[in-house]
Amino acid sequence: MIRLVGILVGLGFTFVVLLTFGVGAYTAATEPAAETAEHAFHLTPKEDVHFSFEGPVGRWDVAQLQRGYKVYKEVCSACHSLKQVAFRNLADLGYSEAQVKAEAAAWRVPGIDPNTGEATTRPGLPTDAFPSPYPNSVAAAAANNNAIPPDLSLMTKARHEGSHYVYSLLTGYQEPSAELAERFPDSLPGPGLHHNPYFANLNLAMAPPLTSEGQVTFDDGTVATVDQMAQDVAAFLTWTAEPKLVKRKQTGWPVLGFLLFATLLAWFAKKSVWANAKRRED
Amino acid sequence: MSFPWAKNYEPVNPVMKFMDEKLPLPRLVYNAVGAGYPVPRNLSYWWNFGVLAGFCLVLQIVTGVVLAMHYAANSGIAFNSVEHIMRDVNWGWMLRYMHANGASFFFLVIYIHIFRGFFYSSYKAPREMIWLLGVVIFLLTMATAFMGYVLPWGQMSFWGAKVITGLFSAIPLVGEPIQIWLLGGFAPDNAALNRFFSLHFMLPFVILGVVILHIWALHIPGSSNPTGVEVKQESDTLPFHPYYTAKDGFGLGVFLIIYFAFVFFFPNMLGHPDNYIEANPLSTPAHIVPEWYFYPFYAILRAFTFDFIIEAKLWGVLAMFSSILVWFFLPWLDKSPVRSGHYRPLFRKFFWFGLIPCMAVLFYCGGAPAAEPYVMISQIATAYYFLHFLVILPIISSIERPEPLPFSITEAVLGSDDSAVIEPAAKAAE
Repeated sequence: MIRLVGILVGLGFTFVVLLTFGVGAYTAATEPAAETAEHAFHLTPKEDVHFSFEGPVGRWDVAQLQRGYKVYKEVCSACHSLKQVAFRNLADLGYSEAQVKAEAAAWRVPGIDPNTGEATTRPGLPTDAFPSPYPNSVAAAAANNNAIPPDLSLMTKARHEGSHYVYSLLTGYQEPSAELAERFPDSLPGPGLHHNPYFANLNLAMAPPLTSEGQVTFDDGTVATVDQMAQDVAAFLTWTAEPKLVKRKQTGWPVLGFLLFATLLAWFAKKSVWANAKRRED
Repeated sequence: MSFPWAKNYEPVNPVMKFMDEKLPLPRLVYNAVGAGYPVPRNLSYWWNFGVLAGFCLVLQIVTGVVLAMHYAANSGIAFNSVEHIMRDVNWGWMLRYMHANGASFFFLVIYIHIFRGFFYSSYKAPREMIWLLGVVIFLLTMATAFMGYVLPWGQMSFWGAKVITGLFSAIPLVGEPIQIWLLGGFAPDNAALNRFFSLHFMLPFVILGVVILHIWALHIPGSSNPTGVEVKQESDTLPFHPYYTAKDGFGLGVFLIIYFAFVFFFPNMLGHPDNYIEANPLSTPAHIVPEWYFYPFYAILRAFTFDFIIEAKLWGVLAMFSSILVWFFLPWLDKSPVRSGHYRPLFRKFFWFGLIPCMAVLFYCGGAPAAEPYVMISQIATAYYFLHFLVILPIISSIERPEPLPFSITEAVLGSDDSAVIEPAAKAAE
């Protein structure tokens, strides 16, 4: 009885799903889905740069992180916050305690006037997070043609191939191709938008932020080409997204080494325990 | 209960003697997972996954309890509290990666455990209750994992919660009120996050309770084995300890190596980047997908796209829930007296060339965008899924001619069994 009911229910579901398959197949055959501009022109991040922190034994390039920090401070921070990162975290980039204090004090963070209680700004302390340049999201939207600049703390983890994505986006601004203009005129950048094939919907509100060589002066004498600045800030944002990335990989090796050893011992223990259980002779 | 030849617990140490008299807890452990539990001597490595699933449950509870000490279940600060764990809590990043990847590996182990059950028909008499409790554990684990994924309050958390609770709105008449009641509002917000956290903390202990029942029920008939032939005599079994503790120890080592390779070197590979963006009710992600372990059922849900008598959405919901509910009826759908797939030629073909590719396709399509050709492919796979369990299994169990079984486990392992020649009763009389 239960099997009869089962067979009927099974045939019922099969009938309905095959019916919906038939309808779907008919629709797909008669009205094939039009290709979208994103599908045709969106590019996955460039793979031709290598970062020092990649691979199983990757390490931070501290000089690169310092350069990237300078790019963030002088270019990105005009619009983007870094709210998950505190000034004290800069110690990871090789700055001394005094340097961290001085660096923090150079930023203005929101504060309260101790005499009047009114909102004001004060110099940053090492415990403060990197502030947003805007008092609130309404102000951010108003200043940027309604596109709120996202917080950058986790950007490289919030995109596929994040480090390469940031680098590709910063170096990927270009004029829309003639083919795009011909096939998808609606996907050309509208007023206040900029074409970039590495951005999910091809057009973004952010104007190209890195435009000329020497836009930032690096303290270590590295030539600040656009490509160099993009790489360095991508590395810096990888650090802000996961400050424990290198520690994680460094912890992994001893753990795996211990486990390999323990598993080897477990294998021999198993062999010796089972040696006196007679197996088939073959 | 146990086999008559099971070893008896005999404490030597006076402390253990005292303990055994007042509260025989060591005896319980001895009989459950010690030398007092006789196990078929021919178990393959596919039988390691029950112990591994138990290990994963404990791992999730331990890491989860510590994470809960630092996590804040409030929609205003939940996302930041997770980042606080990742950045400022001592070894917090490792705990969180262990917990997140632990969920994935828990499901991997459970799926292997379930499919081992399918192949060796572990659900058949006398083990129906073990199987039913196992399906209950699987459903509870799915609910727990879903609510856990909501807690970081990222974009996928929020939109996943919205889609899954939205399934209830497909129920005619009472659907919408049920969805609002479940969420505590019209959309996922603080009320939903708080109750999901509460349930996510509580359910693992319910799972632990059902796991104890699962193991209790297992100890009534004893473990199944790759031949599917029941234990007949002492030579068919070995004591769980040291034989299977040693074997499980090695299996656990291999499991931990793979698991920690992911934790330390690919911790975000099984997750979705969108969940590192804070939940934003005003911005819908391009592709809303659940975690990978829900893909097959998500594919079945999305396979129904045509309103036939009732809404397509309701068909999808019915099919998705039915796809797991059919497992409850397996012991009565598959009436073949032979358990092991090794001796069932027709069943074996449908398992390897039907069910396994079907599940692989459903896994793939569940993670793919809801567009052609993926929808059409998952529709074919969904049709096969229901045919396999509800039509093919009952039919092959009546028409199939199984291959000859070994007389006993001893014969299967050693090539011969003395009691296969002499009647066991006659042998005992000697």
